[in-house]
Amino acid sequence: MTGVEGYMYPNEINLIWSVLIVLYPYITGLVAGAFILASLVRIFNVKAVAPTYRLALLTALSFLIVAPLPLQLHLGHPERSPEMYFTPHSTSAMAMFGFVYLWYLMAVLVFEIWLDYRHEIVLLSKSSKGLLRLVYTVMTLGSDNISPRALAIDHKVSWIVTLIGIPSAFILHGYVGFIFGSIKANPWWNSPLMPVVFIFSAMVSGIAAVMLLYMVSTKWRKLPIDMPCVDTTAMYLFYIFIIDFSLEMLDLIHRIYEADESFRSLNFMVHTKLYFSQIVLQLLVGTLTPIILLGIVQISKLPAIVRLRMYVVAGCLVQIGIFSMRWNVVIGGQLFSKSFLGYTSYKMSLITREGLLAAIVLSILPLIILAVLVKLLPPWPDKELDYIEVAAPTI
Amino acid sequence: MNRFRDTGHLLRFAALFFIAFAVFLVIRHFVVPKTFGEYGHYRGAAIAEIAARPVHFAGHQTCETCHADVLAIKAPGKHANVNCEACHGPLAKHADDPSITPPKLDTAVLCIRCHAASAAKPKGFPQVDAEQHAGGIPCETCHQPHNPAIAGGTK
Amino acid sequence: MLPAAAIAWKYVLAGTPEESPNYKMSDHWWSMLIDIPKCIGCGNCVRACAAENDVPEGHFRTWVERYHVTDYDMTNPEVISPDGGKEGFPAVQEDAGKYFFVPKMCNHCADSPCTQVCPVGATFVTPDGVVLVDQTYCLGCAYCVQACPYGCRYIHPEKRVADKCTLCYHRINKGLTTACVENCPTGARQLCDLKNPNDPIHAFLKTHHVQVLKPQMATGAKVFYNELDGSVR
Repeated sequence: MTGVEGYMYPNEINLIWSVLIVLYPYITGLVAGAFILASLVRIFNVKAVAPTYRLALLTALSFLIVAPLPLQLHLGHPERSPEMYFTPHSTSAMAMFGFVYLWYLMAVLVFEIWLDYRHEIVLLSKSSKGLLRLVYTVMTLGSDNISPRALAIDHKVSWIVTLIGIPSAFILHGYVGFIFGSIKANPWWNSPLMPVVFIFSAMVSGIAAVMLLYMVSTKWRKLPIDMPCVDTTAMYLFYIFIIDFSLEMLDLIHRIYEADESFRSLNFMVHTKLYFSQIVLQLLVGTLTPIILLGIVQISKLPAIVRLRMYVVAGCLVQIGIFSMRWNVVIGGQLFSKSFLGYTSYKMSLITREGLLAAIVLSILPLIILAVLVKLLPPWPDKELDYIEVAAPTI
Repeated sequence: MNRFRDTGHLLRFAALFFIAFAVFLVIRHFVVPKTFGEYGHYRGAAIAEIAARPVHFAGHQTCETCHADVLAIKAPGKHANVNCEACHGPLAKHADDPSITPPKLDTAVLCIRCHAASAAKPKGFPQVDAEQHAGGIPCETCHQPHNPAIAGGTK
Repeated sequence: MLPAAAIAWKYVLAGTPEESPNYKMSDHWWSMLIDIPKCIGCGNCVRACAAENDVPEGHFRTWVERYHVTDYDMTNPEVISPDGGKEGFPAVQEDAGKYFFVPKMCNHCADSPCTQVCPVGATFVTPDGVVLVDQTYCLGCAYCVQACPYGCRYIHPEKRVADKCTLCYHRINKGLTTACVENCPTGARQLCDLKNPNDPIHAFLKTHHVQVLKPQMATGAKVFYNELDGSVR
């Protein structure tokens, strides 16, 4: 049998969870991470990263909209997916996805974005024309109350939503980790650390992504980058990355030390089939290099231009590293036999429903959606925006 | 009353939720299959549907209803517990309509499947090297398949 | 025997659930016995199952593995299952070490991990102990395939839903036995109703050393193996 070494149970030979199932945790990870960065501003009053606040929320929303798509393409019967809402099986982590997703989308992200942008939405609904005017009017939900008191109430409610949003973001991505971590049949996945590792690696990828998007969009608008903002963002990125790396090392050391029945087979797999994606891409390129780069910035005084370049490199390497981590979990978990006697290969197709092309399109789509959202709900108070100033009430 | 003066927009947002939830409940009532939950968290009618799948092997008891003569030959021999369809293949169609003749069997393939000698097979199991055993002549030259012992069965 | 055969045949023909009116699910708790010393690796069971259940090519509701354990080392057996053992196994000449065949199938676990993870309730354990898939409800997410420790599930290539051994549910509720048991020439596979005190396999289970596969997984597996070697994965 081509591609099989040793012995695999006959039904295990072809992988059933493809690159799209790798993409899904990567995307929801970006959502959770971006939201945590936004919460740094709101809940923890880290004023320095305020310029990224709205961008982080819009980034989270763009990726969250795309998140179900790889799953729909993977399902044998996507038309039956509403069954997860109508008859969810309470013992299944996957069943909870539909509700966690909906909750996070509507009660956290959309609500928070709406509260933060309501002022502009109401003004834009009065100043814009044509279809845009209709869009903004719908978004106002028919209320044009932007009095200072209403906005103050919005601000307070938004604080509560962000507070609830932090554990919600943890659940949104933590349950993805639990989907893998709770499978006793698969020793590569089975670990109580899995949800925690997923959450922290999500934070790393999300914060790095928003940092990169902020730098790119600022350059695009031909404005100087707010150095305290990116410096603070990079600092949080560094410390959260240390925690993430420690957790992954803990898992690794634990496995090597205990050396249970699966160890020999998994160890061989990491050294052969997963060598490039795990040792080279995830560990060396995607974890150690960015940690070292970010660490150097923390301990030495470097000029701004050098720091910026290091942040860009680190941010890009982080994306590679975290994507590789998802790849190694999902694909790696299916490359070895549950008999611990053999291995198979993943033959990624190119243009099928679950192929490479679909993965690339789904990776680019959130950026297109983000571009639309940025146009619709500008994250930065623009001097060119022509809106009527609301007179401050005289007391 | 004054407290809620500037919260109209929030109430509208909340109203959206309630309307959506109500619509969801209505749709759910019509969409969830009626037998769902009958025996557990699954569609109860599925059990009957799976139980109604077509049968391809008739089962030896059905064969013996008509072929009692073969049973008489088989019962005292070594193949007593080898069921009819293990060699003759699925014959539910034939049992339903005896005019449908079962396919002819090729003993060269059939007997060898079980009785080809291999060090992997249990030691006590009768096995032969086909070439050395009889120089390649058909098995039924000497062995009656229903009662294969050479001394015992009649052809 | 004959009246029972006539009744059995009437149900065989009918193929509708109403024709097995005397079958009460709560009276049965199905299991299977596999007697390792009796298996000769002929592959009849694999072929019979495929014929009875229209199992797609390259996928297996049951399969047979051949183990070769050299000397005393149980941790590194040589295992093959050419096309699931469907056409038997290549003959072996030398005799060093021990060889044996292990038929495998869905273990119809009482605490099955696969039914636990199904997001919509498309796979379930029936009141008579058989794990089934509702193929008109299944989404094809393949979570159950990942959750099964024994590798007995697969996604049907045409129907795009989960599929696996049904313990020939459409046969056993009519008084017939499963296709694999019917076609095993040596009696290595035997169906057993754990709730039927007159079932002959009960006596066997009480007087022989039987094991289940991967007992550490605590799945409540109900396929019992007689004389299962420690090297079996």
